[in-house]
Amino acid sequence: MVMGTLSQEVETVVIGSGPGGYVAALRLAALGKEVLLIERNKQYGGTCLLEGCIPSKALINAVELKESAENADKFGISFSGVEVDHNKLREWTDGVVSTLSGGIATLLKKAGVEVMCGDAKFTGSNALNVGGNNIEFEDCIIATGSSLNRLPEGIDQSVWSSADALKLKEVPESLLVVGGGYIGLELGLVYQGLGSEVSVVEFNPRLLAGADFDLADIMIKRVSKRLTEVMTESRVLNIEPTNNGFDVKISHNDEEFERHYDQVLVAIGRAPNSDNLGLENTKVVIGDGGFIETDSECKTADAHIYAIGDVATGPMLAHKASREGKVAAEVICGEKVEFDNRAIPAVVFTDPEISWCGLTERRAEELGYQINIGRFPLTALGRARAIGRTDGMVKVISEPDTNLILGVGIVGPHASELISEGALAIEMGATLADLTDTIHPHPTLSEAVMEAAEVAAGIGVHLPKG
Amino acid sequence: MFEFNLPDLGEGIHEGEILKWYIAVGDTIEEDAPLVEVETDKAAVTIPSPRGGKVVSLAGEVGEIIETGSVVAVIDDGSEGVVAVEKTEDPVKKRKKRKIPANSAIPGRPVPAAPSTRRLARELGVDINNLKGTGPGGRVMPDDVKMSVDGDVVELTPETNAASVASAIPFLDIEALPDYSLQGEVEVEPLRSIRRRVARKMTTSMILVPHVAHMDEADVTELEDFRKRAGAEHESRGGGKLTLLSFVIRAITAGLKEAPSFNASLDPLREELIYKKFYNIGFAADTGRGLVVPVINDTDKKSIGEISKELQQKAELARDGKLPLEEMQGGTFTITNVGPLGGTALIPTINYPEVAILGMGRVQEKPVVRNGEIVIRKMLPLTLAFDHRVSDGADAARFVSELIRWLSDPKQLLLDI
Repeated sequence: MVMGTLSQEVETVVIGSGPGGYVAALRLAALGKEVLLIERNKQYGGTCLLEGCIPSKALINAVELKESAENADKFGISFSGVEVDHNKLREWTDGVVSTLSGGIATLLKKAGVEVMCGDAKFTGSNALNVGGNNIEFEDCIIATGSSLNRLPEGIDQSVWSSADALKLKEVPESLLVVGGGYIGLELGLVYQGLGSEVSVVEFNPRLLAGADFDLADIMIKRVSKRLTEVMTESRVLNIEPTNNGFDVKISHNDEEFERHYDQVLVAIGRAPNSDNLGLENTKVVIGDGGFIETDSECKTADAHIYAIGDVATGPMLAHKASREGKVAAEVICGEKVEFDNRAIPAVVFTDPEISWCGLTERRAEELGYQINIGRFPLTALGRARAIGRTDGMVKVISEPDTNLILGVGIVGPHASELISEGALAIEMGATLADLTDTIHPHPTLSEAVMEAAEVAAGIGVHLPKG
Repeated sequence: MFEFNLPDLGEGIHEGEILKWYIAVGDTIEEDAPLVEVETDKAAVTIPSPRGGKVVSLAGEVGEIIETGSVVAVIDDGSEGVVAVEKTEDPVKKRKKRKIPANSAIPGRPVPAAPSTRRLARELGVDINNLKGTGPGGRVMPDDVKMSVDGDVVELTPETNAASVASAIPFLDIEALPDYSLQGEVEVEPLRSIRRRVARKMTTSMILVPHVAHMDEADVTELEDFRKRAGAEHESRGGGKLTLLSFVIRAITAGLKEAPSFNASLDPLREELIYKKFYNIGFAADTGRGLVVPVINDTDKKSIGEISKELQQKAELARDGKLPLEEMQGGTFTITNVGPLGGTALIPTINYPEVAILGMGRVQEKPVVRNGEIVIRKMLPLTLAFDHRVSDGADAARFVSELIRWLSDPKQLLLDI
């Protein structure tokens, strides 16, 4: 950049520093590209780190510790006066976030990535404007992420979003969670653990409607005991602020009723940040739902503009964004790569956790696959018994003729950690024998994956016949 | 307009080299008149035009490779409707990939393959979803990807190619050839068609099969006398020339019935021996363009006269490049008769996956000892090269001795066969 001018030429630009954008920037730099990273926030890390995955996991861990302490009775351990200091917990969570965000800043600096703060707007297929600065680039990666969906106009906007809930400003006595998907359930359980009476209202007939029913049922059974009220097939009609909370009007099967809650948490999904980017000045095509259309190389319809993560088509998951970021960066550097992954793991940090990858049972049926399912309940597993957590199951979905593994689903403690083996198996094109013949350490929860594969192969030894 | 696609040229044949166009663009061609001559790995085939009309376009130059199913020619036969002539892809490709249909019943379903294998496929320009995997559950393995790329397309240097082979076989060291043009004048031509096919088959056979050669001589004095006498009459009745080879084929067939291990195949992947209960004898024929092996089927059900007649017909067709492919397939045993061109002894290479081959040298009058006296006899040198994985030396000795007994005594041949 020549001083005194407001114009800059750079080889590559990345817009957004979330798990897609900063990873893409680092990979580009590692491959020898000159990189400019544009972030409108003061901190790096995007939704995932600043107001999503990371702070929520910090809170969930704390709550699970408290739950464990309160339920340690059966192990002969009793605690008295388990107290939560909300300020201290908030400090812990903020500390985790700022440490990681600072870590990204250090990585970017050491990699020689130039950073710029501001809102980026395309002025053409090879040019951007950031706060009056013109930037010309050869290739650009859009990684602007997504924003929370808001309730329709007319409904009071002072209710909480998931970002608000993560700030842990207060613990309301009663909390209504609007949306029984993974964000609503995770945060609802956090507040229940911290002392709130939590109810959930969900438009679908079931909580966590995206998961296979047999997996979700195990979670729902345990979670329902902690929730005050679960209202499925129900819709919020109105939220009226009162002097001590909100009066919420809810409809269920043509029946309307009103409840009072101290706070309402709205967790009804997210929408891609594809507007206000000046994309109309490029050839980039925005498709259904505001997602930027991309091909398997993460390329948009504009030859030198790429899009990754939440703003691009596909599930809104940090790990999908990171992988896409690497693909886009490598494609820009001339490598022959594609986003051709067969298993994007889905992970839900409820208690118990749920995870799955590859085909779900329902999706397999929709696609007309012949499938074979092996289920192994944690009640038959030594480690699960030892830690007193038998509320879980692993299921392995395979193809009858070839024994190829098509999908893996897990519910239970540490399901989020256990799913990676399933993802590797599916990506590798593994068969049941590859899982059954691999030694899994004993006694661990990971044995359940091997056991479920054995059940699918008809050679299980730990379940009674019939 | 009529679009003519290159028809199926026979089992396992996906492509052919254009040898000759019989017409040019703008010419008028009659229905069934010869259009193009195409040479496959196995033979040259003349393809007639299925329609008459004006030739609008032809696919490719002489020497180029054309895939079966792709458009060979567009002929204006006066028919209504414009057939899509424009193709986004040139049907003739010098560098082409062998396409095997995906085995998945679900459209759009990706084939199982490790991420590293998928990356390899992209780097070699192979659509992995068109491959059939040899791994468990149909998983596409790195070798499947490499092998799907034709020998002359793999983007590996001769050095890396040699290195990959050398790494598989200890001490095997395939060095890049020096540039001989620095030493003197050379002419370089690409290895193609029949020559390439022979090169592959012979290399496979020599590397895969532990060859043993068993040699002996047959006294064919009486057989030759009989053949001349009977042959003259046979010929005068219009039966054609009665050749020595047809007697050997008949005798070999009888021998194979008694020694099934020479009419077998060994499947090294399944570790199985396959004994064939049918007798299809191939004979090596020199065509000028290279070696081909026409096959005479069911030699156990044919007379020597019938075999002799078929031999002559097939040899002629093969020489002219007109023998249909299916008549060069399905052999169970091969005879190579280099005798008419000379040779006192030879060690033939087995026509894999067969397990034995008989080499015939030149019949020569030789002094031999009979009952303590030196007499002049007509001797036929014979070599049986066999697969030592399947048979042993003693089996071969018995097999060849029996063969010699028949060839030495035409009466025995008549009695036993």
